Amino acid sequence: MNTRSKFLLGGLLILGTASFLAAKSTAATAQFYLTPHELAERLKADDSFRDNGMKVGGRVVPGTIVKSAGNKEVRFVMRDTMPNSDARFTVVYKGIIPDTFTDSVDVVVEGRLDAGNTFQATVLLAKCASRYENAPGKPGYKPGTEGGHPTDVPKGPSPAPQT
Amino acid sequence: MILLGELSLWVSLLMAIWMTTVSYAGGATRRGELVQSGQRATYATLFFVIMASIGLWTALFSHDFSLKFVASYTSANLPKVYLFSAFWAGQSGSLLFWCLILAVYSAIAVYANRTRNRELMPWVTGTLGVILIFFIGTILFAANPYERMEWVPPDGRGMNPQLQNPGMAIHPPMLYLGWVGTAIPFAFAIGALVTRRLDTEWLAAIRRWSLISWFFLTIGLVLGMWWAYVELGWGGYWAWDPVENAPLTSWLCQTAFLHSIMIQEKRGMLRKWNVTLVIAAFLLSILGTFLTRSGVIESVHSFAQSPIGNYFSTFLILIFVLTTILVMTRLKDMEAKAQLESMVSREAAFLYNNLVLVGIAFSVLWGTLFPIISEAVRGTKITVGPPFFNSVNVPLGLGLLALTGIGPLIAWRRASIENVRRQFVFPIASGLATGGILMAFGMRAFSPIVAYILVGFVVGTIAQEFFKGTRARMRMYAENVVLASLRLIGNNRRRYGGYIVHLGVAMIFAAFAGFAFKKEFDISLKSGEVFRATDPFGHKWTFTSQGVSEYKRLNRYVTAVGLAVTRDGKPMQVLTSEKRQHVDSNDQPTFEPSTEVGLYETTMQDVYLVFSGMIGPDQAEMRLSFNPLVWWVWYGGMVMAIGGLIVMWPQAEKKRQGGYVTVLTPGAETLAPAGAGAQ
Repeated sequence: MNTRSKFLLGGLLILGTASFLAAKSTAATAQFYLTPHELAERLKADDSFRDNGMKVGGRVVPGTIVKSAGNKEVRFVMRDTMPNSDARFTVVYKGIIPDTFTDSVDVVVEGRLDAGNTFQATVLLAKCASRYENAPGKPGYKPGTEGGHPTDVPKGPSPAPQT
Repeated sequence: MILLGELSLWVSLLMAIWMTTVSYAGGATRRGELVQSGQRATYATLFFVIMASIGLWTALFSHDFSLKFVASYTSANLPKVYLFSAFWAGQSGSLLFWCLILAVYSAIAVYANRTRNRELMPWVTGTLGVILIFFIGTILFAANPYERMEWVPPDGRGMNPQLQNPGMAIHPPMLYLGWVGTAIPFAFAIGALVTRRLDTEWLAAIRRWSLISWFFLTIGLVLGMWWAYVELGWGGYWAWDPVENAPLTSWLCQTAFLHSIMIQEKRGMLRKWNVTLVIAAFLLSILGTFLTRSGVIESVHSFAQSPIGNYFSTFLILIFVLTTILVMTRLKDMEAKAQLESMVSREAAFLYNNLVLVGIAFSVLWGTLFPIISEAVRGTKITVGPPFFNSVNVPLGLGLLALTGIGPLIAWRRASIENVRRQFVFPIASGLATGGILMAFGMRAFSPIVAYILVGFVVGTIAQEFFKGTRARMRMYAENVVLASLRLIGNNRRRYGGYIVHLGVAMIFAAFAGFAFKKEFDISLKSGEVFRATDPFGHKWTFTSQGVSEYKRLNRYVTAVGLAVTRDGKPMQVLTSEKRQHVDSNDQPTFEPSTEVGLYETTMQDVYLVFSGMIGPDQAEMRLSFNPLVWWVWYGGMVMAIGGLIVMWPQAEKKRQGGYVTVLTPGAETLAPAGAGAQ
């Protein structure tokens, strides 16, 4: 076996390991990322879908936020970002509530749907609204609904990196 | 001035079109006056882009709220510093900022090469012109910072309080300086491909540019981590968010290139690979700019909504296809001039290092784009989270760390058994000793111990290299330790600067591994109540609530909680965390309240306090954590930057090595300053 093929073998081994790890971890950590509407559709098709862990992205329905004393638990109703569906889910989240979380902000929750159709969230990300232009002069403009966050980092407690 | 700025932007588009057209024409017809004209057009483009930028800054500083951009990101009571940085706070402004940097870089590249690389330059200039046309065009037609509003509001909406932080004011410029820096090597690669001058000439021209780009990306990444850590309040510094991953992938490609370029210089190998890396780094920069500025990843619907989406995807695909064709038709011009001779050689170590770096870049990109890919292929958006990135990148990262230690120890071409034995004894002993000490102190977690053994190995390698080099100088020139080590670095900047970068990398890996031992507590204290905890190092801490206070500062109302801290019975500082409610000039609240974390930083760990809210008038709810070794991330980043600067610093070109093959065993190479006699 000459050096070239030995090297190629080593290279394939590295790339193979990388691909294998990527494929395996993809399968192990993949989560559905749905809108409330899509979630409702899937539940209609198959009720056992609620047993999957999933992410749901949507918008907080204004006026539905109930925070417990001390900001450690919050309950709110979530709907689609686009008003194209009646699908709504109540979300309960325990933990530190992100600063940007407020009425009609876009949120992503991660967790499970319990038997009573309440979404038990373990992660709550409130999106900085800079991408969702609600400019002065347009109907529905409310001071303070848009920030200038340049990088769109979702704010809120996230799992710590462990590299 | 504002009107002038807007007009300048249009003129700069025309200039960039002129710059591209005449440069390419000049390159194809070999007519010098066309090439000259293209170069002058580069300077003209720079002038008008600067005018356009000054116009926007003028609008920001004069509070011209008739501009949507100004009204969206600033307010009358915003501190001056942030009026300046508001330039890149929004999408359109930051694209203009991209243009500004690219125009400056282009002008410098054209000026620096006005007498050199004459064959390549028309194509380089023309390619830079194409990129400028794309960005200026996107700004003018899809994201114009000069867009007016139908009515003029009395005040703007102000800047998001989380951006009112010095780190955030300089993090985006650093990142952009790094990202845009990939455009110059890319343009040279195109020039080299078109003219088929694919020898080391173009590599020599871009080496410093790649370093500049790498240098700023490094600073940008570390600053981004710092900002996330002190400002976002979730207690960590890296969350595998798409906006963090995007610059990371570019950085990984650049790092791979900076290593493989050495193989091409010394041995004439890896020529196709180098061209590919340069092109990939540039494409990833464009992709990264797009990902961070458009929000494609998070929102299911934002692709269609984002006006810049179509422009960017078209441009990316176009560049990808054209460069692929160009590379494919030039393959036979890029045959290697030498063969790999042995698996135990520095070439082999560098090749594997390249594969691992690119493997990490690819897996990060895969994880980042997975939601888009799955939606396109299966119609359902599926995401992968931090567990994906950790389980893939921990093993790959450890492999990379091992290669960081191995590479400098083995000789080019073919290392002898004797060479290997002599070089490896000390670093391996250093690694095992590190592991042994940590296990003696009771550390049992597998990955961190492996990481620390490798960190010890890498540090051992670097120490040995410095020791041998310094000792050789001391013997040969009878210099003292300080002088010898300084001259050693000064005369071999690439090599020893590189080792300093490696030292920074080892520090950061040590910090990452230590973060696994983080401890976190949710606490709730009334004034006077005490919370007791033991940190990961076994120290006993007490935290006594000093109660909650409220007051007004500048443009905000502040609610603060203070904890008196003792460690092992000794009183330390008071730890304060704040909730801030920002207000506009009429004292009306703007934005949601933001949190300022309380930090007590030491070299071993940070005590990190987040104030989450109140129960009743007096009881504060908080999250408290001990974050080990975070300091080492910031200072490791600084060491990397310093190492990068040493490598970049111009050195008199007195003893440039000619040809490809100079076989030097490590250690012996440090005698090179003595001249030919050393060998």
